[in-house]
Amino acid sequence: MSKHTLSVLVENKPGVLARIAALFSRRGFNIDSLAVGPTEHPSVSRMTVVVDVEDQPLEQVTKQLNKLVNVIKIVELDASQSVQRELLLLKVKADLESRSHVLETVQLFRAKVVDVAPDAVTIEATGSPDKLDALLRVLEPFGIRELVQSGVVAVGRGSRSITDRTLRPLDRTA
Amino acid sequence: MPTPGTMTGAASLIRSLEAVGVDTVFGIPGGAILPAYDPLLDSTRIRHVLVRHEQGAGHAAEGYALATGRVGVCMATSGPGATNLVTPIADAHMDSVPIVAVTGQVPSAAIGTDAFQEADIRGITMPITKHNYLVTDAAQIPRTIAEAFHIAATGRPGPVLVDIAKDALQAPTRFEWPVEIDLPGYRPVSRPHSKQVREAARLIVGARRPVLYVGGGVIRARAWSELRELVELTGIPLVTTLTARGAFPDSDPRHLGMPGMHGNVTAVTSLQKADLLIALGARFDDRVTGKLASFAPHATVVHADIDPAEISKNRVADVPIVGDCRDVIADLVVAIGAEHAAGRLGDYAAWWHQIDGWRRRFPLGYTTPDDGELAPQYVIERLGAIAGSDALYVAGVGQHQMWAAQFISYENPGTWMNSGGLGTMGFAVPAAMGAKVGRPEATVWAIDGDGCFQMTNQELATCAIEGIPIKVAVINNASLGMVRQWQTLFYNERYSNTDLDSRRIPDFAKLAEAYGCLGLRCDTAADVDATIEKAMAVDDRPVVIDFGVHRDAMVWPMVPAGTGNDDIQIARGMAPDWDRED
Repeated sequence: MSKHTLSVLVENKPGVLARIAALFSRRGFNIDSLAVGPTEHPSVSRMTVVVDVEDQPLEQVTKQLNKLVNVIKIVELDASQSVQRELLLLKVKADLESRSHVLETVQLFRAKVVDVAPDAVTIEATGSPDKLDALLRVLEPFGIRELVQSGVVAVGRGSRSITDRTLRPLDRTA
Repeated sequence: MPTPGTMTGAASLIRSLEAVGVDTVFGIPGGAILPAYDPLLDSTRIRHVLVRHEQGAGHAAEGYALATGRVGVCMATSGPGATNLVTPIADAHMDSVPIVAVTGQVPSAAIGTDAFQEADIRGITMPITKHNYLVTDAAQIPRTIAEAFHIAATGRPGPVLVDIAKDALQAPTRFEWPVEIDLPGYRPVSRPHSKQVREAARLIVGARRPVLYVGGGVIRARAWSELRELVELTGIPLVTTLTARGAFPDSDPRHLGMPGMHGNVTAVTSLQKADLLIALGARFDDRVTGKLASFAPHATVVHADIDPAEISKNRVADVPIVGDCRDVIADLVVAIGAEHAAGRLGDYAAWWHQIDGWRRRFPLGYTTPDDGELAPQYVIERLGAIAGSDALYVAGVGQHQMWAAQFISYENPGTWMNSGGLGTMGFAVPAAMGAKVGRPEATVWAIDGDGCFQMTNQELATCAIEGIPIKVAVINNASLGMVRQWQTLFYNERYSNTDLDSRRIPDFAKLAEAYGCLGLRCDTAADVDATIEKAMAVDDRPVVIDFGVHRDAMVWPMVPAGTGNDDIQIARGMAPDWDRED
């Protein structure tokens, strides 16, 4: 199995997320992570879906996704040709004794402390999934109390945009 | 009441349906859809056929669509009305039948509150519709209806559901037509890629053992005259799948018949031995391929389909062609013509010699029961001979369906309809009703089993009252015959719950009479012709013939489930003797 990152441009309409999630489930694919948000165009949302599949089933799921009427475009973003980021919020145990070590790690990973309590700190970190994994490994021994991740968002490198050509015809109706 | 210049959402719905050309709606009213039924009463363009069960409305819409090529329409209320449409919608989705289902929904303020007769039918039907809508704003009704019909009928056809909240049906609105369709994510490809078509043509003239594997897409694309041209030009043998029966005349010697689990030996074997498969609007269904890994092991595959997701889904295509079958085949004819002009012609003489050998040695047939009981195959064979090739035949699902696919000679496209992909028992009677409404001049025969018939025969009331004189042949073996066949073959003849005792209860002839139909019964071969002819002579009401047939009759040949097509059996425990030379 290998990880694939799909950028899916969809119409911003009710039920679209349900259609996409249901399609993955019905065709037997597990979604590693999924992030949805608005784009520069108000009628279009963008989903970033990370799936763990072989190439052949990936082609099938992409074709099935393309059949959804609300799906406008699907692009697979190659890891080396794109910037992939995830946001992580993490509550780590940090008492007087361990706090300085925790803060040092935060510095090393260019993360941020966003909340401090007497026995814990809350850390905000962004980065590639690999970097966040590394951060987690280092902080784990201190005791992780709570962890939340946003799911990967990704954009292709360079000046080209996957939305340019697709959204131009939509501008008429905007 | 609406102010001048406006109308209710319900009136706008009916106007929209008229505007897209709907002439028939099959349905049943209920609370949430009630507003729509009021303006429907005044419509002079739309005939509403009041069915007895919403499932009947859905299958009738399918039958109408299959018989006419136009979009079929069914209507139901919220909750149970809508959920009763689920089976026909799933059926239409599997077999790519264009229908639009309009359902009432509870008022928008009540959605999500578990209101009386509330069901999330949009959520429920998401995986079994091509697309679906929930409309809560009356102003969106015309555009939604226009889009629904466009989506249902174009590309790979399929079912579309439009769920409309009751308050949207009641609200005042303005009806404006035509409306602009806004579907940025829906752009079905129809024109095939010329490079791929040329590559396919090159393979076709170079192949030694090619077979045209013709699927239901050829019927949906109405590509039968193009198919005829292709066969005339190339002389390549063809098989037609269950959903493609009738796409090419059965009487033509180049037609090898139906492949698949109950296909004939020649059709199945030709696919297995082929060096080139040209799949046209077919989807490599498991009922055709048997065990995929051993299906057509020597064949290069050209796969043409309007749905890109079908290509390489089950079997990897060497030459994928995305496009409407009509365009694909027409372009293929041109490209092959160019190959011929350049002196490259296919030579299939040795292949035909081999095929003719199989055909001689393994013809389709059946044995007459020793005990003097009626052979079901004989009944169906005679029905096809007497009703002829202009009649429409609508089957349920099971043994009778397979025999109807095997023993009736289909000469015209669109004369055979059944539930292929979903395998919906109970399809025949309501679908025949819909077909007869769509093609009132045609003789329409439902060929049904006694199990299937008891699932939806309430629509005989609709047929009798609405003047829809269909004819029904119940192939009554008093059991769930196909399931019983599997119990015979794979469960040591332990007949768990397949005995319906329907030679005794109910009395189908009396049941038919109770429904205002002519009820006939036939139990002997000597009476078969006369009984069918009697039914053919009646056209003022529906006719039901209860054919009491031998219950141990089985469908042969058979490729047992889970095995490969090379394991085809021509009778119980009998594999074809390939090595014997004649």
